[in-house]
Amino acid sequence: MITRSKPVHSAIAFLGTLVSLAGLFLLLYAQFVAILQIVIYAGAILVLFLFVIMLLHARSGEGSVEKLRLQRPLAIVLSLALLAGVSFLFLQAGLSEAPTPAAGMGTAEEVGKTLFDHFILPFEVASVLLLAGILGAVVLSKKESWS
Amino acid sequence: MSDYLILSGVLFAIGALGVLVRRNALIVFMSIELMLNAVNLAFVSFARQLNDMTGQVIVFFVLVVAAAEVVVGLAIIVNIFRTKETVDIDDIDLLRG
Amino acid sequence: MGPLWVVLAITAVKSLVVIVALLTAFAYMTWLERRLVSRFQVRIGPNRVGPFGLLQPVADGIKLFFKEDFMPSGADRALYFIAPGLAMVTAFTAFAVIPFGPPEVKLWGVPLLQIANPNAGILFILAVSSIGLYGIILGGWSSNSKYPLLGALRSSAQMISYELGVGLTLVSVILLSGTLQLPQIVEQQTLTWFGFLPRWNIFVIPVGPLAFLLFLIGATAETNRAPFDLPESEQELTAGYHTEYGGMKFAAFFVAEYVNLVTASAVAVTLFFGGWDGPFVDQVPLLGVLWFIAKVFAFVFFFIWLRATLPRVRYDQLMDLGWKLLVPLAILNLAITSAIVLIWPSLGGG
Repeated sequence: MITRSKPVHSAIAFLGTLVSLAGLFLLLYAQFVAILQIVIYAGAILVLFLFVIMLLHARSGEGSVEKLRLQRPLAIVLSLALLAGVSFLFLQAGLSEAPTPAAGMGTAEEVGKTLFDHFILPFEVASVLLLAGILGAVVLSKKESWS
Repeated sequence: MSDYLILSGVLFAIGALGVLVRRNALIVFMSIELMLNAVNLAFVSFARQLNDMTGQVIVFFVLVVAAAEVVVGLAIIVNIFRTKETVDIDDIDLLRG
Repeated sequence: MGPLWVVLAITAVKSLVVIVALLTAFAYMTWLERRLVSRFQVRIGPNRVGPFGLLQPVADGIKLFFKEDFMPSGADRALYFIAPGLAMVTAFTAFAVIPFGPPEVKLWGVPLLQIANPNAGILFILAVSSIGLYGIILGGWSSNSKYPLLGALRSSAQMISYELGVGLTLVSVILLSGTLQLPQIVEQQTLTWFGFLPRWNIFVIPVGPLAFLLFLIGATAETNRAPFDLPESEQELTAGYHTEYGGMKFAAFFVAEYVNLVTASAVAVTLFFGGWDGPFVDQVPLLGVLWFIAKVFAFVFFFIWLRATLPRVRYDQLMDLGWKLLVPLAILNLAITSAIVLIWPSLGGG
């Protein structure tokens, strides 16, 4: 996704990534989250991205000279270092085979139970956050009215 | 199980690379979303490993926060495009000292 | 359930049967639509090719097959190629979770009358139709031409807006049934009140009819059908998202649209009219398939009737309807349903 020159191709590659991740969630006994991923991420967020890309005819300005000459090689080195560090941490944790999943793990009922038993406050805060997001988007997109 | 976690690390590193290397604001934004997805994968893997539903519920919240963030972020990008006619992040340097 | 390969083989056969059935349904829906619309407009419709014009779809198929397969200059090759396929594949996939018969009919332990029963049943349909959006957007974009792009953006904006209303309506149905899984929703509707009135969700006054109405309006807009088919009708004005497509690719978009219509009818039947429920289903389980097909056919007829009767709605009126009428009503419906389920727990299912 990060190597495509046309932003629309990047977005479609991202779509492939999201759907693959949903498949991985299914393998990890997280059915409800997998479907949510497709409905929210692939079905709404990415569509919004595509809309903005298409409406702005966003071409990338990659042709011209980088402001910091070392940026690209340094970025590659640093990312590889990040990957190495994180992998070391994970491999060192010595995780054994996953235990057999609890009955009904990952189903909508289980997610709902956990959500409303232990996470009711974050749930309410999330709804306020969404409201703030909606208001922000509407206010930011209004054109200035010279009244 | 560590396979999933390594994959999550790889995705995160790719996302970070995208943020650092690309100059198109929209692709930078998509790379940030890729990092969020990598974190989601890690959460779900740990939920499976520890047999605890908390991981999946946190993923639910990350999804919600990502949605809100994308909405506002794209509104900002559209506004910047309206004034400066570009989405190249190197051209947006009005606050430069 | 038997060994894995048995389950996979049976599922593959089921999927094949459903795909063939849907393709045949598509072919004869084109015929049905042309005949019915003509009848509504006091003319005859195709009647030359075969008795009553029944071989018309075959003629149309042959014509489309032999048309030149062009690509506009400057079009994005990969996306131009993928878009119709994406639209068509997602249209068929949504049918995978719909039960067309009682779950008792099994072969080697594998239920025969439904392809899959995931835990998040209804949400699967919503998810797949969200991906179907990409077929339209990419089709408009990759044609590298103004009018398809605008048509595609309008069409997808319309679909997204109505997805919200439909989703909220579905939540109130889920509340009434207490489960996301479609076979369970249908099974709950096979019981009766007072011994004779079937417990179909549409008979739950007052929320059943309201939810059904909202779903109907939303589904008509989702499938880009009249009276909400402005993004398509622009073909008469200038263009729609499939202007720059010819031959089999255009046929693919067409298949996608009609199969979406059948899926929307099937979902409406499953959620509100008891799916495969009907007289004598307990004795002869396979009769359920017949009832299902009859009900879906009734809905398809209804959609074609709508198309022939109502005038087209203007785009801004359409978006107003979606956001300012459908979403608030769906939320109100949800509130009333929650109250009803609280007061009379027997209606809440689960």
